[in-house]
Amino acid sequence: MYNFEFTKPATIADAVAALGQDDAQALGGGQTLLPTMKQRLASPGTLVSLNAIPEMIGVCVNDVGEVCIGGATTHAVVAREAAASYPALAALASHIGDPAVRNRGTIGGSLANNDPSACYPAAALGSGATIKTNLRDIAADDYFQGMFETALEDGEIITEVRFPVPHKANYQKFVQPASRFALVGVFVAKYADGVRVAVTGASSEGVFRWAEAEAALSANFSKSAVEGLAAPEGAMISDLHGTAEYRAHLVKVMTGRAVAAAG
Amino acid sequence: MTQVTMTVNGKAVSGDVEGRTLLAEFLREKLRLTGTHIGCDTSQCGACVVHVDGQAIKSCTALAADLDGASVVTIEGMANPDGSLSVIQQAFQDHHGLQCGFCTPGMVMSAAALLKENPKPTETEVRAYLEGNICRCTGYHNIVKAILAASGQDVSAIAAE
Amino acid sequence: MPKDHGIGASSKRREDVRFLTGRGRYTDDINLYGQTYVHFLRSDVAHGRLNAVDTSAAEAMPGVIRIFTGKDFEGVGGLPCGWQVTDRHGQPMQEPPHPVLAQGKVRHVGDPIAAIVAETPAQARNAAEAIVLDIEELPAVIDMKQALSPDAPKVHDDLTSNLCYDWGFVEDNKGAVDEAFAKAAHVTTLELVNNRLAPNAMEPRVAVGDYNPGTDDSTLYTTSQNPHVIRLLMGAFVLGIPEHKLRVVAPDVGGGFGSKIFHYAEEAFCTFAAKQIKRPVKWTSSRSEAFISDAHGRDHVTKIELALDGDNNFMAIRTETYANMGAYLSTFAPSIPTWLHGTLMAGNYKTPLIYVNVKAVFTNTVPVDAYRGAGRPEATFQLERLVDKAARELGVDPVDLRRQNFITTFPYATPVAVEYDTGDYNATMDQLLTMIDRDGFDARAAKSKAEGKLRGLGINCYIEACGIAPSALVGQLGARAGLYESATVRVNATGGIVVMTGSHSHGQGHETSFAQVVADMIGVPEAQVEIVHGDTANTPMGMGTYGSRSIAVGGSAMVRATEKIINKAKKIAAHLMEASDSDIELKDGQFTVAGTDKSVAWGDVTLAAYVPHNYPLTELEPGLEETAFYDPNNFTYPAGAYACEVEVDPETGKVTLCSFAAADDFGNVINPMIVSGQVHGGIAQGVGQALLENVSYDENGQLLSASYMDYAMPRADDLPFYQVDHSCVTPCTHNPLGVKGCGEAGAIGSPPAIVNAVIDALHRGGMTHVGHINMPLTPARVWAAMQG
Repeated sequence: MYNFEFTKPATIADAVAALGQDDAQALGGGQTLLPTMKQRLASPGTLVSLNAIPEMIGVCVNDVGEVCIGGATTHAVVAREAAASYPALAALASHIGDPAVRNRGTIGGSLANNDPSACYPAAALGSGATIKTNLRDIAADDYFQGMFETALEDGEIITEVRFPVPHKANYQKFVQPASRFALVGVFVAKYADGVRVAVTGASSEGVFRWAEAEAALSANFSKSAVEGLAAPEGAMISDLHGTAEYRAHLVKVMTGRAVAAAG
Repeated sequence: MTQVTMTVNGKAVSGDVEGRTLLAEFLREKLRLTGTHIGCDTSQCGACVVHVDGQAIKSCTALAADLDGASVVTIEGMANPDGSLSVIQQAFQDHHGLQCGFCTPGMVMSAAALLKENPKPTETEVRAYLEGNICRCTGYHNIVKAILAASGQDVSAIAAE
Repeated sequence: MPKDHGIGASSKRREDVRFLTGRGRYTDDINLYGQTYVHFLRSDVAHGRLNAVDTSAAEAMPGVIRIFTGKDFEGVGGLPCGWQVTDRHGQPMQEPPHPVLAQGKVRHVGDPIAAIVAETPAQARNAAEAIVLDIEELPAVIDMKQALSPDAPKVHDDLTSNLCYDWGFVEDNKGAVDEAFAKAAHVTTLELVNNRLAPNAMEPRVAVGDYNPGTDDSTLYTTSQNPHVIRLLMGAFVLGIPEHKLRVVAPDVGGGFGSKIFHYAEEAFCTFAAKQIKRPVKWTSSRSEAFISDAHGRDHVTKIELALDGDNNFMAIRTETYANMGAYLSTFAPSIPTWLHGTLMAGNYKTPLIYVNVKAVFTNTVPVDAYRGAGRPEATFQLERLVDKAARELGVDPVDLRRQNFITTFPYATPVAVEYDTGDYNATMDQLLTMIDRDGFDARAAKSKAEGKLRGLGINCYIEACGIAPSALVGQLGARAGLYESATVRVNATGGIVVMTGSHSHGQGHETSFAQVVADMIGVPEAQVEIVHGDTANTPMGMGTYGSRSIAVGGSAMVRATEKIINKAKKIAAHLMEASDSDIELKDGQFTVAGTDKSVAWGDVTLAAYVPHNYPLTELEPGLEETAFYDPNNFTYPAGAYACEVEVDPETGKVTLCSFAAADDFGNVINPMIVSGQVHGGIAQGVGQALLENVSYDENGQLLSASYMDYAMPRADDLPFYQVDHSCVTPCTHNPLGVKGCGEAGAIGSPPAIVNAVIDALHRGGMTHVGHINMPLTPARVWAAMQG
């Protein structure tokens, strides 16, 4: 990789200041960024590690019952510490990458990257989470803006992600056999005001909500409600691992399975 | 160049690194701990797994500078203090859990992390935990068997040598 | 009672201790004083005219020592091909040059164009980005059949077409085979693809070239399965360095599977450049680079037909195969789809007439060469899928159809030029059936069905030709090398034994199993025997390890050398005990005079050999060191029967492998633990081929499966525990250990079992329209096939 300056601030303020330099980029766990840099596809002048900012690490439940996860919290910690408060989210975290990756990769890094096959975007969008940054709160519905595109401005840091906890939820991941990312992943969450269904892996526009399924499941939260639906339309990815038609089919199958598993 | 200080296999070490120096490179090139191997560049094969502050990580996907102050254990630090093979290492030899040996350091480090978290894993749990460790030689049969044996479970019913 | 030492014992591997403690010494662990680093600038287009390479800006970059291009290799030989195939019309194959660095054209993504030598790897890579290339991109040929169309662009302008050869075997049988098909009661036809694989030894390739200006000696440290072969090919054909001035060292090597047999451009470059700049030059491949520079395997497109008579006897087999050579001929590439494939088309069956046609084709892809099994998996896959399909069409049990047509008398001369010395295919099938509880299958299938899954059972046989190979025979077939093996047994004064072998261990455990053989023959502890391999400076000329040949050929050489040692030691012992040579017996390391209580110990004899105070110096030289070269009389023919059960998820097409059983006849077995391990690994690679792995190019020749993000390697959770058995033994009749070899069997026998099982599952699920699915049977492919 190209060389760069490295800095590891201890506060959000110092991190923001460091990211104000030209060509500075935030480093979460680096599980995607570092391989990208090895291929010389990214060349930051400065990498600002967010791994030593205590206020950005940890899982808690706030006054309104939201599960709040610091932006630099690793998948392994989420899997462990959110298990009681938001089991579906913890289960999702426990299947990202592999154990060693989960010990480094962070929720903030994953959401900032917004890989179209990543798991966390499905959880955030499917839960209607709030992405809290050093500047503002961004609703998940506004945050995801297409493959690798988000509402984040340059230098803006995800400090925390707040998940309203649903009555029922489940994530079903059908893995791409090589990368073990989601070939299709579907997060289904049943809230008092309706059901949210977020799909990752399938669309070239990144994570999306499947409106027809949400409507059907809000009326009748059962697998059979999904079975009556046509497969979702839209810009499905077609690649060596599966055609667009296959992915659309899997979205439906995985949605049904998520509903069944959510109970 | 920045200076990093770590504890590696119980010994204090320090060295100058560039921002881009990976932990794996620091271990192999600066410390000559060549037991940690690099088998891919996409953070998947797991030949480079080491323990940092008690947790398994991929040393090819972590910056040395980001781990200033960390306590690192590599395969060179896994044997018993008298130099004899540890329980896990011995189980790998007893059950032929390695062939070419290239993935082996990562396998042993992952196995140790697993057994620390989960002292009596099931076969399914062992296989799931090894998701990030690729072996091309053994077909995993004897690796899984060795880890189950190292956990103190009876593996005599598992087929073949 | 299993043996606890010597031949037949599951001795623990001595090499494990260094690997388990991080003390292995692989090539990338070697760093020499003053070492420099090379980065190869590789083509990112599949086919193009290389008009200019401007290195001027790059030369001025920090740390750059020298930049080499194709021009620097004008007058230097290209990478040689070790096997010449003669086509159906008696003409030699088309054999294009293979330059170390591209000259005039680039022919595949990854073709090296320039080599930048610098003080650090990063500096070399930085400078590569400053090289200005003028490449006129040309249309690429990727599909083999399109490559043979008259208007296809030519990969090599100087050849008449993209056809390397059109091979017929046995050409004289063609008419009779066609006649048999005309008379057949039933003909089963199958068209299939044997998917292209990337070998993916976990250790990427590495080379370190070193040159000593004081002595004019060159040394290459390299990740090789056969350092002597590299020394010969590189020295004689590429760089013009005589072997006595060239040393090749392959230290601990992290797996090979065929991919480290071949002589590659990068190792020749490092040796060449080290002499030019008079400093060591190191290259370490990244995994991404490996995908575009290591030879790939398989990549056949085949139509195969089976003619049966009214009693379901096999009458004839006819095949037409397109075999991808890639852009250049890798070292042994032409032999794989021909002599390692066509000669195996009889399989385990007494089919009297066989005709195999193979068209080898150049395309703008990475060269293709041997990968675990090499030709034999392709033969086995098509034959065993075909027999399964025939059984289904005829409504007969697939095991019964196989048994009915098994070869049962040995030796058996096949119609495809080889003679099986021994075997018992009913025995391995019987053994397999005891392992798999076939009767219980219906109950297991019902349980799967209750869980929404379709269960299938696949069974097949295989045979392979190993112990490669009789030199005189392969010489007639076009090999440009002999395929003997060598061993030197050096006994030290105090009785320790060092065996220097031309074989190379890169996971096979030779340091343990070879020592078992010698220790057993002499009757000393295994720990007293050391195995040395991998360095041309201290091992006799040998051909290396591939083709399941090490124990069958290398082990035989070692036995012969040890026999010479024992013979001489008995003479010394006879002298010491004042007895006749012919009365001396050696048992458990003690020489005795038959019928007396006189004895001397092994150590007394070895000491006498080196301190010859009381020694028959007029009749016998002092010392105790012998070398043997062994050239086999025939191939060996391991064979067996494999079975697996799968579950198919009808909603997603996902295949889960539930169980796998292998019953092999490897002849005699030296170390059952190691042999089982070899089978396990082979099965996993076969499962990888059948379910997961595929090298995929787009129509422009861009590699789509260029990293582990897209090339699916088998992982622990893709696989079950396997049942393996090698208790059926028909010893090889023509080598001293009676061994056949076991390295490739798993990879050869397992792919058809998997595909047979999936097809079985789909048929049981009512999807009888699915005749075949091409590997890998990914969820997407299985689902698409199910949709009809």
